[in-house]
Amino acid sequence: MTTQPNALPSARKPLDMRALLDNWAMLLAAVGIFVLCALLIDNFLSPLNMRGLGLAISTVGIAACTMLFCLASGHFDLSVGSVIACAGVVAAIVMRDTDSVMLGIGAALLMGLMVGLINGIVIAKLRVNALITTLATMQIVRGLAYIFADGKAVGVSEEQFFVFGNGQLFGVPVPILITIVCFLFFGWLLNYTTYGRNTMAIGGNPEAALLAGVNVDRTKILIFAVHGLIGALAGVILASRMTSGQPMIGQGFELTVISACVLGGVSLSGGIGMIRHVIAGVLILAIIENAMNLKNIDTFYQYVIRGSILLLAVVIDRMKQR
Amino acid sequence: MTAAALRFDAIGKTFPGVKALDGISFTAHPGQVHALMGENGAGKSTLLKILGGAYIPSSGSVQIGAQVMAFKNAADSIASGVAVIHQELHLVPEMSVAENLFLGHLPTRLGVVNRGLLRQQALACLKGLADEIDPDEKLGRLSLGQRQLVEIAKALSRGANVIAFDEPTSSLSAREIDRLMAIIARLRDEGKVVLYVSHRMEEVFRICDAVTVFKDGRYVRTFEDMSSLTHDQLVTCMVGRDIQDIYDYRAREQGEVALKVDGLLGPGLREPISFQVRKGEILGLFGLVGAGRTELFRLLSGLERASAGSLALCGQALQLRSPRDAIAAGVLLCPEDRKKEGIIPLASVAENINISARAAHSTFGWLLRDGWEKGNADRQIQAMRVKTPNAAQKIMYLSGGNQQKAILGRWLSMPMKVLLLDEPTRGIDIGAKSEIYQIIHNLAASGIAVIVVSSDLMEVMGISDRILVLCEGALRGEQRREHATESNLLQLALPRGAAN
Repeated sequence: MTTQPNALPSARKPLDMRALLDNWAMLLAAVGIFVLCALLIDNFLSPLNMRGLGLAISTVGIAACTMLFCLASGHFDLSVGSVIACAGVVAAIVMRDTDSVMLGIGAALLMGLMVGLINGIVIAKLRVNALITTLATMQIVRGLAYIFADGKAVGVSEEQFFVFGNGQLFGVPVPILITIVCFLFFGWLLNYTTYGRNTMAIGGNPEAALLAGVNVDRTKILIFAVHGLIGALAGVILASRMTSGQPMIGQGFELTVISACVLGGVSLSGGIGMIRHVIAGVLILAIIENAMNLKNIDTFYQYVIRGSILLLAVVIDRMKQR
Repeated sequence: MTAAALRFDAIGKTFPGVKALDGISFTAHPGQVHALMGENGAGKSTLLKILGGAYIPSSGSVQIGAQVMAFKNAADSIASGVAVIHQELHLVPEMSVAENLFLGHLPTRLGVVNRGLLRQQALACLKGLADEIDPDEKLGRLSLGQRQLVEIAKALSRGANVIAFDEPTSSLSAREIDRLMAIIARLRDEGKVVLYVSHRMEEVFRICDAVTVFKDGRYVRTFEDMSSLTHDQLVTCMVGRDIQDIYDYRAREQGEVALKVDGLLGPGLREPISFQVRKGEILGLFGLVGAGRTELFRLLSGLERASAGSLALCGQALQLRSPRDAIAAGVLLCPEDRKKEGIIPLASVAENINISARAAHSTFGWLLRDGWEKGNADRQIQAMRVKTPNAAQKIMYLSGGNQQKAILGRWLSMPMKVLLLDEPTRGIDIGAKSEIYQIIHNLAASGIAVIVVSSDLMEVMGISDRILVLCEGALRGEQRREHATESNLLQLALPRGAAN
């Protein structure tokens, strides 16, 4: 045992193939489904439909970026659907009262950040289960959205505000651009910063992370705070698209976001997750929904199909781990 | 009622890319305790998993008597009278002892659990094994030793004739070990086939009638006559080379006091504890299970807050509110339970090495530097001789010894003043052990104060300059290396009432 202490026979080629397949399988599946739809469904590739598909991806995609961090750290956040609605309402009200787009967006983002901070502090410092904590804040924030809006949609008349939802840059709608930026930014954050690596470590083994000197509590609070902030951003964009803040919007949205992540391969128990998982999951869900709409499949059947796909995906994931 | 012999016939098991077992053949006879020995990764656990039905062999067969067994799952194995008592017991802590004993076939009356009958049957099961256990007690309230007895009782109640123990004494106290040994002797006298996997030489020589040695998934040889076998012969056979002195102790120069502990009190400690350790010194902490060794380490590493007393590091007062404080000061802990508290199993070897030091080597403290990340991981893998195909390998696929070396690499990436090692070689094979002792010596020689907690008396005596003995949450005595003997350390470690 004198020379080459690290030499261990490694079957390099076949192992890499398998890893490659594991890592990219869902993204390939998304591409496959896209091609299939393009071939089989008329009008699927039409500019109008592509635009609609892109917009459908954008809201879920933005929120899924930070949900990835929640899931990777072994938690999740149910309050994001309510945050989206409340952010839209807050932005609309502040703009109505102050005529300032900046103030409106600022207030909405601040609200999201506060909700996220509260979630994070209760979960990290008071050690309350994330399910219960965010279930509670989900209801509180939803209630607040209704109270602020007095139960009905709040219209926005500031033209400048509509840029976020309906503007275009080089022919690409702004929400899609923001989504792509989010994918890139949070993918980078997860892999190339101490914050991202610590998030993965906490999800992988919280006790070991603590003993290795990771500031577990602070990282958790940051994860939820950023998630609240980004949820609010998604809400602002949605409000801009609809030119109003609607308190009833985004019910069940949190489950769609979590479904998308898990469908793409993010682990619910923490420690496994990559941005390409999120992208794959979001794409697959959106393409299938779009295809079903084009095929005029009844909404009721759409629920059944969506649920079945999710179940199938997680079952395949379990089988892979055997 | 004598059981038939258990024969392994040319057993092979391959996993993708790894040959875990290759042509293993030997026979364990009824009325004998048959030890399986070998370094970690030698294939003992894989063989037990095949015996227990958890793995299906790639080739060869298991035979009981003349019958070839083809276990497809654990239920097949149990039905054929085989019981494997694993290190991690398969019991439900929230349920009662009786429910655990009969889990899966609880006695019922019209579909409702018959509590009276259950208790009766449980009592009959435990009789002679652990008469003091109340069947209605919640299992989680029993000691580890008692839980193991429940597992044995469960196996016997299912009519097991082949009983395999996997490292059964790794977390038992001396008294519990004695009791287990008596029970194993009884099983042997009743004519059962007993397989016994252990790293502990003294136990193998004490209880076993035959030893089969494995190395790297291959059968080496079986010793049928223990009386003519020596300790050294067995070790040589396992390692495949002579080991003169695996501890390789060398005297070192000691500097000023590195860590001074003064009147420390906290959870798990009964009396205030004071001691000091010098730069370059290796201080052993010995004590039986429950002596407060791990609790003391939890205080020194900032995991638990002290209720009284003070710490001083190189003459300066040290306040610990969290592990981060200890790490920032250079007091670094390698925890006892590597899987639970040491490694992040899903992460790569590189991640596990870099996690603690990276903040100091990142731009603005948070933007990772690719060059440092790669360089440091490779450097530590080289220096610690971590055996891994590459730095990106998930650490969960490494052996225990290599995981431990990776954690040492994690701390060597940091400025270190005091290294706390809690059971540094538990569950690690002899080859990797001696490498870890080397590392410990080199660290001490470079001026680091090392405190080693161990329940392995030979290890404590082999590597320490000075040994402190704890007993029931209090410091009971101190011995310098030259004066330490097994008997005087044990004398100090035994609770006063039990010393006889």
